[in-house]
Amino acid sequence: MTGLGKDLVGLEHLSPEQIRLILDTAEPFKEVSERPIKKVPALRGKTIVNLFFEASTRTRISFEFAEKRLSADTVNVAASGSSVSKGETLVDTARNLEAMRIDMVVIRHGSSGAAQFLGSRIRSNVVNAGDGKHEHPTQGLLDLLTIRDRHGRIEGLKVCLVGDILHSRVARSNLWGLTKLGAEVGVCGPRTLLPRGIEELGVQVFDRIEQAIEWADVLNVLRLQLERMESGFIPSLREYYRVFGVTAERLAAARRDLTIMHPGPMNRGVEIDSRVADGPHSVILDQVTNGVAIRMAVLYLLAGGKPELADAAKRAGGAE
Amino acid sequence: MTPHNDRSILLDARAFARALQRMAVEITELAPDADQLVLIGIQRRGVELAERLAQLIEKDEGVTIPRGALDITLYRDDLETVGPKPVIGETRIPGDLTGRHVVIVDDVLYTGRTVRAALDELADFGRPRRISLCVLVDRGGRELPIAADVVGKAVKTGPRDRVDVGVQELDGKDEVTVRRGGQA
Repeated sequence: MTGLGKDLVGLEHLSPEQIRLILDTAEPFKEVSERPIKKVPALRGKTIVNLFFEASTRTRISFEFAEKRLSADTVNVAASGSSVSKGETLVDTARNLEAMRIDMVVIRHGSSGAAQFLGSRIRSNVVNAGDGKHEHPTQGLLDLLTIRDRHGRIEGLKVCLVGDILHSRVARSNLWGLTKLGAEVGVCGPRTLLPRGIEELGVQVFDRIEQAIEWADVLNVLRLQLERMESGFIPSLREYYRVFGVTAERLAAARRDLTIMHPGPMNRGVEIDSRVADGPHSVILDQVTNGVAIRMAVLYLLAGGKPELADAAKRAGGAE
Repeated sequence: MTPHNDRSILLDARAFARALQRMAVEITELAPDADQLVLIGIQRRGVELAERLAQLIEKDEGVTIPRGALDITLYRDDLETVGPKPVIGETRIPGDLTGRHVVIVDDVLYTGRTVRAALDELADFGRPRRISLCVLVDRGGRELPIAADVVGKAVKTGPRDRVDVGVQELDGKDEVTVRRGGQA
């Protein structure tokens, strides 16, 4: 299997080669964002709709920068204030957009499986920007790229995801991506926020953050969604910080320096200490920078890649 | 399939070296003020050729020639035929190009579409005073109104022929071969 196919729904169904293709393609796109004119014409004339049914700042802006730096034309649709709030179904919304001759849809939706559902019903390419508790593949990919930048490899590294694994699509995409590329994965968090039976996936489970810090090369600290407290998954935010908070004191006790990641938005003083988030081993802002390059790579690969045409072009004449 | 005996050597290592030497001289004749020159090689083999030409000019003229690399993949007009695994090389431009005399260096000039893309891309890095084109092999077959200023070797080819350029750094030896593909 070469190329990426029509849609990017999740990392679960990608091969290690496809994941590496995306990471390798992202490398030259980093340089595009450093140019005096941050724009290449690769997707000129393509129309992309960013269909966001859930609030998002970072991911939506990151996709939008990626699209604009590839010269695509973009339209943003937010659920509130659109026909969606008048009761239109997802498929009807997308079909109407498609009737206006669009090429791609980037979708964020509260229901797991929404991206897959949409992709199987419209001709346009679909990119999942987060669907319920399922996956957030571009976040998983940018985390992989950031780890590879920092450590030069992914295989054999020990990466621990900390916090709410149960409700996290970021955790799920990380799990798939990291294991496919040969990393050892651990999770650490309150038992109420870990999926039952996660050990069976070959994942190390740590009940204490100190053990996780002792074990890991990389900590990916997930956001604790504040509504988890109201629904009884954790007793209080202060207690969570006392038991699972990634603090400077806890990291100082580790034998080696750990790389610290966070997908944002951060709750300082809940899952992560400000001194850690802003410290020398934090790559949190590198993740944000890499996010644009990864999304450019994904859009570029989905837009191109018609193998039969490529072969025909190659037959037509040697070097140039 | 094309039989292998249709493959002939257009430039062997010695002819390759002579061509480069002559091209270096022609570039300096094109640009009297050599300190304004910037050599930009097109990925992949143009980058190696630009490096060699820059060294030759530096030896003759006693000036430092900045060089860079340009990957034009993202400026191509045929994204959908690029293939499922496009390899995008590095683009490295040595500083602002505004006011400089840029020489684009490539291995083979054919349809001219690569050069068209390179011109577009260079325009995003500044406004050079002049842009010239230098190629090791001009194989004819232009689809755009583009001509080279400096040519190592010109050869007439058809659309089914292949021209392959090998360079020491990537292929183990300097050599240009032509494989005739028969009547189109």
